[in-house]
Formats: sequence, C-alpha cells, structure tokens
Amino acid sequence: MSLHGKNQRGQNLRELSAEAIFSLALDGELRALGRLITFIERDSDEAEVISELAHARAGNAHVIGITGAPGSGKSTLTGQLVALLNQKHPRAAVLAVDPSSPLTGGAILGDRVRMEDVASPETFIRSMATRGHQGGLALAVPGVVRVLDAMGYNPIIIETVGVGQVEVDIAGTADTTVVVATPGMGDAVQANKAGLLELADLFVVNKADRPGANDVRRDLDHMLDLSHTTGQDQRTGMRPEIVMTAALTGQGAADMWAAIERHRDAITANGQIDERRASRDLEEVRNRVMAVIERRVDDLLSEHGTTGALKAVRDREMAPSVAAREITNTRFG
Amino acid sequence: MSEPQLRVVLAKLGFDGHDRGIKIVARILRDAGMEVIYLGLRQSYLNVVNAVEQEDADAVGLSMHNASHMTLAPKMVEALAAAGLDVPVIVGGIVPDEDVTELLEKGVAVVLGPGASAEQVAISVRDAVAAKA
Repeated sequence: MSLHGKNQRGQNLRELSAEAIFSLALDGELRALGRLITFIERDSDEAEVISELAHARAGNAHVIGITGAPGSGKSTLTGQLVALLNQKHPRAAVLAVDPSSPLTGGAILGDRVRMEDVASPETFIRSMATRGHQGGLALAVPGVVRVLDAMGYNPIIIETVGVGQVEVDIAGTADTTVVVATPGMGDAVQANKAGLLELADLFVVNKADRPGANDVRRDLDHMLDLSHTTGQDQRTGMRPEIVMTAALTGQGAADMWAAIERHRDAITANGQIDERRASRDLEEVRNRVMAVIERRVDDLLSEHGTTGALKAVRDREMAPSVAAREITNTRFG
Repeated sequence: MSEPQLRVVLAKLGFDGHDRGIKIVARILRDAGMEVIYLGLRQSYLNVVNAVEQEDADAVGLSMHNASHMTLAPKMVEALAAAGLDVPVIVGGIVPDEDVTELLEKGVAVVLGPGASAEQVAISVRDAVAAKA
C-alpha cells in the first residue's frame, strides 16, 4: 500500500473527492472501493467521474453471468467457483443481485454467507438489491462491473435471479452466461418458455445427485438439437455444453470452471469476445439515452395533463395510438 | 432523489446458534425499507469487517444470546474502528440491564432487548446511523 493510502487510512471518506477515493481504492483500500460502488449504485453526482476513471482502466476482466430460478443453487455454485479459483485467480469478484421488496424497497441480501467462508481473502463480494427503480439495475450493474474491472478483479461473476427481463438481460450480456437448471422444476416445455435458454453459453444441471437430473440433461440436449433449425446457434456458432454439478458437495465445480474457460478461450480465439463487449457498451449507452428520453416523455405527458389528446382518449373520442402519434408529431415530428 | 437506502450488516459472532431473533430482525429491517446484508451464524470479526467494507454498510447489528456480549461486542467495535470504519454497532438479544451501561461506554450505539417493538428496532438503527453522519 502506498504512503498516500496510509496517510488517508481512517480518514472519513465523506471528506474526500471521488478522485481521491478512487486512488485509495487503487491502493487496495476496500472501504474506498465499497464506497465507489455505492456512488455508482445511487447514480450520484460522483458516478460520472468514477466511470471515466474506471473505463480507461477496464476491459481486462472475464465477466461471467450466472442465472437461474430462485433456489437452483446459484450462490452455492458461485461459492464453489470462487473456492476453486483461490489458487489461480485469487482476485475474483462477485456481484450478487437479489430482488428488493416492491412494497417497502427493503431487501434481505443473503448470498454473501454462502461464499465468504470458502472464498480467498482477496475475493471481493458485493450484494446488490434491484431497488425497483425502472431500468436502474441495468444502468448500475455495468457501472459496478467496470469499477471492479478497473481495480484488477478477474474474473467478475454476476449472479442474478433468472426472473424478470432486466435480471435476465444483465446475466445475458456477460462474456460467458451460465444458466443453472435443476431437477423438479418442470419439463422441457417449461424450460423453453422461460426464455433463459437462448442466452446460455453453458448449462449447469445442479443438484445432479437428485432424481430427475439426467432427464433435465436429456431435455436440454434435445432442445439444443433443435437450435440449428431455429437459427439460435447462429448467434454464437457454438453449442452450449451441459455440465452436471452438486453444489453442496462441490461435485462438478471443476468441470464447470473448465467449461467456462473453454468458452472464454473459444470466444477469445474467434473474436466474439470483442463483439460482445462492444455491444455491451453500446447497450449501456442506449440504456442511458433511453433513461433520459423516458424522463422527458414523462414530463411531456404530465405537461399535457388531461387536456387535448389525452382528454380525447379519456372521453373515448380518440384511440390511444392516435393520441400518441399526435403528441409525437407535434413534439418530435 | 429519495433518501439513500440504509444498508445494515446482521451477524451472530462466535458460537451462538440462536438465530430465530436475527431472522426476525432481518425481516423487520427489510420491511422498514432497509437493505440487510445477512451473515447469520458463526461469524468472525473479520467477516463482519470485510462485509462492512465491501458492502459499504451503514450499520452493524449483532444478535447475542449466549452471554458473550461483554467480550465480543466491544471487540467488534474495536475491530471496526481499527479498520477505519465509522459505523454504529447495535446489539440485540439477551443483555442484563447492568451490562448495558458498560456496553454503551465501550462504544456500542444501542442495546435492544427482547421487548423492543419492530418500530423501535428500525428507529434505533436509523437514529444510530444519523448520529454518526
């Protein structure tokens, strides 16, 4: 740790600028890194400076998304992974996303406890709540990943529940997306319905020590057999592997990591990793632009209040689609 | 922007298996709109310090039911201070009245007994955080 860092150790972070906190974090002070993430998460004034500093240093980490139904064992698997990485990649980071209560905004974030004891002391674990605000998560997660990347964490594992489009998207934009399936969660039709499957670069059938695990594997295999007829495999040109694990015992964790590495090597070799990252950045810019536009649209509509076109809709004199066209034509037309 | 979301680390230190209370407290704080980083049973000071740093938590809640509070709670306060973390430590559980003053003198922010209502628990956490700001 540098002298600079030592001098400011114990200093109240509230008295420091975002730049100063960033350099403290670079010096390895974890509470500074913790605070940077809070700024990003809150999208506060400091967030932009931090993102600029981070973006210039980022781009080295292998980003892994792990998603699946609640209770499928994502956190335990993630714990097994970081335990396995202790030797080779001691500076792994985990971003564990859990839902906020839509009623109170509160959340119980319990994933840390499944990872901390097995992880190396250099592993950085951050729990994140979805915080209800529309699209907020989609804006915050890439920002947090960027900061962790800039600090040299590699790999970075994002763990999200595979319900809700935003959560699925977040895991789906990783370099390597792992979808966790388990026996007893319904048949192949359910799996196709979930919409998760198209995203997977790798399937993990967890709880493989339970009855029905081989059926899940077979269903997934059948589904993948059809991928060429739907054109799904053209997205990546690769058939996702299927790995069997039992996270509680650690069985299969090494296989899982080996499959993740194979995927990383394959997309590195064929250049797809750069495409994925470019489209991830583009998506982030797009989400930011959309957030601004959405706010403007809300302003515009509340400006309109109940007069004009909106009143006509209410009085059933105009269809909503016609009103929308009228409003957009006058404003953006 | 609305008020920043409070983040609270909840843990039981050492060998203390009574985790019914801490689970209820987790729920109470969640329902009060806070984000609870739940560590649960058999935690060390280091685990808690790590969690507060990495999670940028605003407070630590310790649930104590095995008469270890006079030893462990002040040590937790020291461990946080040594790491440069200025966050309040709130103790909940079974603490005899005569111990409370000494715990407060040793830096514990609040001691909550079994009679505390959900509202009191939430308010105590908010007040303890506000006092540090």
